[in-house]
Amino acid sequence: MVTMQKLSLNVNGEPVTCAVESHGSLLEVLREELRLTGTKHGCDLGDCGACTVLVDGRPTLSCITLAGTCEQREITTVEGLSADGELHPIQDALHRHVGAQCGYCTPGIAVRLAALFDETPAPDNAQINDALGANICRCTGYTKILAAAREVAGMDQ
Amino acid sequence: MSTPAAGAVFGPEKTHADETLDGGVVGHGGKGKIDGMDRITGRAMFVADMQLPRMLHGKLLRSPHAHATICSIDTTAALAAPGVVDVMVGTDLPTRHGAIPVASDETALAIEKVRYIGEPVACVVATTEHQARAAAQLIEVVYEPLEAVVTIDDALDGDKPIIHHNARKPSNVLRRVFQSHGDADAGFAEADAVLEECYEYPASTHVPLEPHAALAQPLSDGGLKIWSSTQNPHYVHKTLAKVLGLREADIRLIKPAVGAGYGGKCDTFVTDLCASHLALRLQRPVKMTLEREEVFYAHRGRHRTRMWLKMGMKKDGTITAIDFKAWADGGAYSSFGVVTAYYLGVFLGMPYEVENIRFMSMRVYTNHPPCGPKRGHGAIQPRFALELHIDRLAHMLGLDPVDVRLMQLVKAGSQTVNGLQVTSVGLKECIERVVEASDYRKKLGKLGPHRGIGLACSAYMCGALHGVYPDELPHSGVQLQLDRSGRVTIFAGTADVGQGSNHMLAAVVSERLGIDPNQCTVIEGDTELTPVDLGSYSSRVTFMAGNAALDAADKMRALLFDAVADHLQCDVEALSAHDGAIHHGEEQVPFKEACILAETKHGTLGREGSYKPPRIGNRFRRQSVGPSPAYSFTAQVAEVTVDPETGMTKIDKMWCAHDLGRVLHPEIAYGQVEGCVYMGVGEAMMEEQAYRDGMMTTPSLLEYRIPTVYDTPPIEAILVESRDPGGPFGAKETGEGPQLSTVPAIGIALHNATGQWLTRPPYTPDKVLRAVQGKPTRHKKLPPETVPRRRRD
Repeated sequence: MVTMQKLSLNVNGEPVTCAVESHGSLLEVLREELRLTGTKHGCDLGDCGACTVLVDGRPTLSCITLAGTCEQREITTVEGLSADGELHPIQDALHRHVGAQCGYCTPGIAVRLAALFDETPAPDNAQINDALGANICRCTGYTKILAAAREVAGMDQ
Repeated sequence: MSTPAAGAVFGPEKTHADETLDGGVVGHGGKGKIDGMDRITGRAMFVADMQLPRMLHGKLLRSPHAHATICSIDTTAALAAPGVVDVMVGTDLPTRHGAIPVASDETALAIEKVRYIGEPVACVVATTEHQARAAAQLIEVVYEPLEAVVTIDDALDGDKPIIHHNARKPSNVLRRVFQSHGDADAGFAEADAVLEECYEYPASTHVPLEPHAALAQPLSDGGLKIWSSTQNPHYVHKTLAKVLGLREADIRLIKPAVGAGYGGKCDTFVTDLCASHLALRLQRPVKMTLEREEVFYAHRGRHRTRMWLKMGMKKDGTITAIDFKAWADGGAYSSFGVVTAYYLGVFLGMPYEVENIRFMSMRVYTNHPPCGPKRGHGAIQPRFALELHIDRLAHMLGLDPVDVRLMQLVKAGSQTVNGLQVTSVGLKECIERVVEASDYRKKLGKLGPHRGIGLACSAYMCGALHGVYPDELPHSGVQLQLDRSGRVTIFAGTADVGQGSNHMLAAVVSERLGIDPNQCTVIEGDTELTPVDLGSYSSRVTFMAGNAALDAADKMRALLFDAVADHLQCDVEALSAHDGAIHHGEEQVPFKEACILAETKHGTLGREGSYKPPRIGNRFRRQSVGPSPAYSFTAQVAEVTVDPETGMTKIDKMWCAHDLGRVLHPEIAYGQVEGCVYMGVGEAMMEEQAYRDGMMTTPSLLEYRIPTVYDTPPIEAILVESRDPGGPFGAKETGEGPQLSTVPAIGIALHNATGQWLTRPPYTPDKVLRAVQGKPTRHKKLPPETVPRRRRD
């Protein structure tokens, strides 16, 4: 029997209340309930990183996060990165470097790197690699994504 | 309607390959790609992101047996489950289909028999995805297991069961190809060194990050609208019509944003067929998305291939003859397998001038998920064997392996012994550029213990001269529309799956019209709106759709120039188009004004472009696979360091120089080369689709390891422009060719580091450790070369 529970979140700066299935994942709530489809479903096992969102600023795999554990948390999705109409610097850099080929991994990578730059404005190569280590991109060989990240980090290309 | 004469060629009058261009677009980047913004903001709509009113969800029940007879299917309990609307089984949609029509051996869901673990057997439709998934497990199927055919040797054993009883010739061999060009025996007699060796290339899979998905919507007139995550809208459209029993014109297939394919989304999948059938049956929209594990069973990936290669070389390095045999494990259905059998042999000589080539290649059925086209389709495996072999013979004769390659490269304007017409070759420059960039000459043999460097070369096609259906129709079409607002809309049946074909079309058109590519809107892959394009396979899109776009753009440019020349009272020849205006000396007419002038003079502004490849090269019987209007070339260097304690290999760096004819957009082109090298590194070092008794042991991203950022070496891509006379502005392919030489370059570097030839990738630590310890790779006895004779039962 499916039981429903009431869930209150703050998503991309807006308070949201919805009814969710008790076993529902944060990814399902974002995509199905709130129709924030920018966050992608890639594996449902926490292996690929396509579903990465920020929970209270921390990169989190939303496909293996129970929605019920996010009561009153602040969630940021890719839609929230450019909420005020301005692209986040990492989005702008990813665009110019063509760091997104098919673009399916990109929302997860963009929020992951945005969190890195929030915490560490000028990360070194190892810190960038560590941030990206949990996100799979199958198109680019990571080269253009790394180039974009290094540019935002202020490194010489 | 008149039918064009056989052999009619469609395409632009001029390809502008040698020209200095005026538009200021081609070769310039730095501003992203035209559809990039949607992808970095999450706005791009993939099938899984779409919802329609009253939409239902379909989920599949899959076979737990590798080979079994289906005795009965009881759907009673599933139909009674909460939310369930309907259950579909194989006999509901019995028409057979196949990517290559002559080998149509597949149905939407299994009928009578299951042929691999993971084969779809039934489809449940319910209000929610959870309900459909839960109910699928309530379907009771009674199977009677059959002996499974799980190796190439099994497939060629006349005593093992036949997987497809209905095949014209009952056997587990889908296709055996034998070709002999020149005289291989005479070639071996001339050789100073002859070497025979066995090689084995593993099965691997594409892993597109977006799982396959389809959303089908019934239309009031009895037709159907479907959004599919496909690389080949046209072929899927034709297959749907055939299987559903509808007219093609009654189906509208739309390819929305697609989360990549790499060849893995070329076929028509169970999602397309079941969602369509159920939408029509229930008169409600039905969506189906695969789960990650199911993507592994959908497969259509690289064929595990066993190979035997014999090559002769003269003291001066001349390759005198190649004799090659290949056996490919194709899995349970044909997919593109007929073509795979040919690709295993037809590119053996390329990129070298080899006069005597003989090959036997065979693609067999087994009870594994079906293999198909993965990036570098069928050509990856023989290239691996051949490049290692060249190095080995060079070592035996004391020759420099790079010089051996350089001395016998195919030449522009020549024809290979098997009739492939070579139109442009930038490979010499590719080799020189990677040798210089990697400091290869200084490093070879001087890197110290457990370190190595290796170079390999390759060639690849830019689309096939022959489509899947034998006809004389164009392979690509583009409709170009302008109006008084200055808006430019490009309609093309192409399928951008991330490779950048949308931007390519916009770049070609905007170059000729002198505008910014971002002024163009590309409407692609919609069978109701866009002219047919055969799809994103065989690296054909830049060459073929690019030429169709160029054809349309040149016609449109002529209209604009005609109207502007009238207006400025000058000669058309004196005009040029760049920076958003048409220029005559100091005078200029802004693009929008030029559109108004042209629409005033000529009426509504629309022009079309087509492309069909010329029938070039000599033609002999059965030479329908391999010939291409042009070939791309690649030279690649790998540098590796091996840990002698653990066998772990670190790829220090990859250098890859690729001859793509002409750079249309630098970041996209570099990205394609880098993506190829990345995928090659995965196949070389860690990826293997492994099976135990027919069961895949790796159906998740935790088990099937693909390179993360930590596993990916630095990649230096170098672009070389040979300006192909037939390519749009001289451009050739970039999306597949560079992968062909990645694995052999790494294999050669590992020999350099360990002293052993590793003839069986992936180069996992256990294999490399054995090499460090001086143990050669072991190979089993080769399979038979003949198809077992059987009685018809």
